Amino acid sequence: MTGGRAVAVPAPHLRLHPLGEAALLAELPPPATLGAQRRIWALAREARRWPEVQETLPGMNNLTLLFDPEQVDAGELELRVLSLWPELAGEDEGAARVVEIPVDYGGEHGPDLHDVARHTGLPADEVVRRHAAGDYVVYLLGFLPGFAFMGGLAPELATPRRSEPRTAVPARSVGIGGAQTGIYPLVSPGGWQLIGRTPLELFDPAAEPPTLLRPGDRVRFLARSVEL
Amino acid sequence: MTITVLKPGMLASVQDLGRFGRRELGICPGGALDTLGLALANRLVGNEDGAAGLELTLGNCELRFEADTRIALAGDDFGARLDGQPLWPLWSVPVRAGQRLRLAGVNASPHKAGLRTWLAVAGGIDLAPVLGSRSTDLKAGFGGLQGRALKKGDVLPVGPSRLGEAQQRRRPFGVRGPEWDEDLCEGEAPPGFITLRTTPGPECGHFSEAMRRRFHTALWRVTPQSNRMGSRLDGPALARQREGDMLSSAVIPGTVQVPPSGLPIVLMGDAQTTGGYPRIAVVIRADLWKLAQAPLGAQLRLAEVDAATALAAWAAQKRYLASVHQGLAAMGWPGAA
Repeated sequence: MTGGRAVAVPAPHLRLHPLGEAALLAELPPPATLGAQRRIWALAREARRWPEVQETLPGMNNLTLLFDPEQVDAGELELRVLSLWPELAGEDEGAARVVEIPVDYGGEHGPDLHDVARHTGLPADEVVRRHAAGDYVVYLLGFLPGFAFMGGLAPELATPRRSEPRTAVPARSVGIGGAQTGIYPLVSPGGWQLIGRTPLELFDPAAEPPTLLRPGDRVRFLARSVEL
Repeated sequence: MTITVLKPGMLASVQDLGRFGRRELGICPGGALDTLGLALANRLVGNEDGAAGLELTLGNCELRFEADTRIALAGDDFGARLDGQPLWPLWSVPVRAGQRLRLAGVNASPHKAGLRTWLAVAGGIDLAPVLGSRSTDLKAGFGGLQGRALKKGDVLPVGPSRLGEAQQRRRPFGVRGPEWDEDLCEGEAPPGFITLRTTPGPECGHFSEAMRRRFHTALWRVTPQSNRMGSRLDGPALARQREGDMLSSAVIPGTVQVPPSGLPIVLMGDAQTTGGYPRIAVVIRADLWKLAQAPLGAQLRLAEVDAATALAAWAAQKRYLASVHQGLAAMGWPGAA
């Protein structure tokens, strides 16, 4: 286990609920915070060592364990999670990987940059500057292979989703959806405001690991080019 | 040995039992929606349960086998014929080089409305596994054959058969399907209705007692908007007690989500790994094959059971598979791992 011994904050109350007969959901009361999410990742890391746990899947403020009910009784697994939980320190911030993601902002790569500027009341170059200045954390992956739900968007950049979602968002588009920012790994329907595009592959099924990002990663966007 | 696709039908894809251990990266399990059916068909042709086969949708499909082999179907047969000879689900049948398997349309189905067929071939479809599975992830475009649905003219490689020459040529035989097993379909409603047993989901409390009763007593119709991601149901809409957004949280095949329309969606293998709608219930693992086979327009009842019943049903399914295995082993058929 990595560090975190200085944390004196008591562990928030964990609520457990079965998700079918072979999965256990552990969730925390709102609000979702980075500190709580770090504890979730720590629980996931511990649970992955248990042979009867087949997969761990972090959500936002929650974790699901997929287990084999022939190897462990659901009640026994619940007790194990509940007894481990207060012992866990959150994952150490310093242990996180930092992934730098170059982005071509605006122009054909970011067709909605000016809409975001209009909505936020900021000049387009200031939207880019603040987006690229952010320090982001991957809370979880979902929706598509390699699609990261990230926290850390500057609140003033929050912009509602487009009223008419696109039927085909280009792969590797960087977007803002509400208070979140993210990158589409694949061509997909989507409603986020597109402000740029990265040349990096977010998902490559032939690679190991197949995704660029993992839960817990810290992400920085680097403005490779800006077209206003 | 290869199989040539002469006509793929509405949606044909290569599938095995699924891709596991990667949900944390957003990669869905996929795989044959009826894993019991694919495993049975595989056993009937001497394969391991996890060999890759084909999942065919709504019949209207034609395949040519380019060498001698042995095949089995599971699910609905859509009036399947091998060079004119009828072929039934869960029969193991020898095939000669050049023979054609033809599935007719919905009207040829003995049930008048089927949905999916799974085909196993001795040796299995031998494409390179991607991330531990040969299943096609149609949404993300990888696995199976070039990550896509099969097209006319595709040629599929088949691996080495585990059957001896005499076994491969052995005359056709069949096994009793799971629908005939009393333990597997206990309390089954009369024909025309399919009962799926569910356990309460994490957000069942977002619905009032009356709404939960409605959910469990109503007859839900499987709509044509259903696909490999999920079965969309139509019936009396369910109102939520609590409003407000839910944070992203895991969904697994069998999860019953209730979106704002109030009409439930039962998620299947190709659903995304996390969702944001209240999960009112989860279909037990032992009943997922019934959902995978439920034809469009089928009427479903979503009964409530406890976890012990769910586990007993799973044990019954394993006993059924073991009994099939035993029968095959007594014939000298290769053991299914």
